[in-house]
Amino acid sequence: MNWTIFGIWLGALLSLSLYSFLYKDNPFYKFAEHLFVGMSAGYWVIYTIKNVLIPNWWENLLPAEGGMQPIWLIPGILGIFMVLRIVPKLASLSRMSLSLIVGTGAGLTMTAMFQTNALAQVNGTIVALGQGGGWFNWVSNIIMVTGVVCGLVYFFFSKAHTGIVGRTANVGITILMVAFGASFGYTVMARISLLIGQTQFLLFEWLPTMGIHL
Amino acid sequence: MRLFVPLTITFVAGIIMILQFFVPATQSMGESLQEWYMIVASFAIFIGAANLLQVHAHRIRFKGRNWKYSPVTIVGFTAMVLTGLIFGIEKGTPFNFLFLEMVAPMSATMFSLLAFFVASAAFRAFRASNWRATLLLISAFVVMLGRVPIGAMIWDRIPLISEWIMQVPNLAGQRAVMIGAAMGMVATSLRMIFGIERSYLGGAD
Repeated sequence: MNWTIFGIWLGALLSLSLYSFLYKDNPFYKFAEHLFVGMSAGYWVIYTIKNVLIPNWWENLLPAEGGMQPIWLIPGILGIFMVLRIVPKLASLSRMSLSLIVGTGAGLTMTAMFQTNALAQVNGTIVALGQGGGWFNWVSNIIMVTGVVCGLVYFFFSKAHTGIVGRTANVGITILMVAFGASFGYTVMARISLLIGQTQFLLFEWLPTMGIHL
Repeated sequence: MRLFVPLTITFVAGIIMILQFFVPATQSMGESLQEWYMIVASFAIFIGAANLLQVHAHRIRFKGRNWKYSPVTIVGFTAMVLTGLIFGIEKGTPFNFLFLEMVAPMSATMFSLLAFFVASAAFRAFRASNWRATLLLISAFVVMLGRVPIGAMIWDRIPLISEWIMQVPNLAGQRAVMIGAAMGMVATSLRMIFGIERSYLGGAD
């Protein structure tokens, strides 16, 4: 059996089954959809075991050079507590694991995330208006600084959006609308490129297996 | 006691993570805690998998809606897990074959399907009802046009305008959102570390 051609046919038939939803919901779509859900879940389970748990936990608990590191039992036990959430009588044990995740996550957010998502962004916004280029860069820099400040004013709800605050917030909404439009267009184009990729797969990889060359 | 231990763990973990940023002596402790965090959080995938199997087993047992397709999900899941555990995940293994020839094309098709639904939903949601909605539409249209060859064929400046929209107004808007969200996250994190926000402990009674 030619496994390459078998693989191409599997991929093509499943892709066509999924695209059939564009006409209407049908058994082919439902079959492929359910298969996709199951296989994706299985893929992520194995990915987590092989790429996260074995190298980061198991190999630290039982190093190749021998001996056991008992300290690494703690995350393992907390992990098992987490899974016990599916056993109603023992579900409360998962609070310990959740606490560790929430506490560490909160601490990380306070420092690392704040540095990258707030301080670095503020730093990037404070630019010399005339930096490089001519009048065009100057105008662009003004739009950038005004956009960030007005956008932030729009998100500030401790003061009523009336008077000067309201007018500033209105400018903020305008900038945000342009930004959301751009992000939307960018997302659509990413999806379209996937569509083009799948269409090319069907036209230039699958059809030639039946002797049809475009 | 039911709340004391979890709240203490949250407080200690949070404080260690903040301290490791400022006090070099606590850095190794912070790094270990981050590894623990990753390990414990990874176990959540097993809850998801167990839940998926539970839902589909329940559907088959009670002949729920679309129950005939539930065995397909279970078989797909089992096939991936068994091939991964028995043969490994390296190139050339059955797991790798199933991923490349089935999961990857289905994933790409599913996401490409979204192109149609996003476009039709956007058409209904973003109708040019006022000048700001029109601005959103124009901005989206120019960005889309700037990323395909036909844009440059219509007018060679369209890709440049598209790039300018991405680099200036879009970046300004995104920065405002990011800075605002970061402030909110800091406030929420403080509330969690000091035990004021406890909603994450609910639902396990």
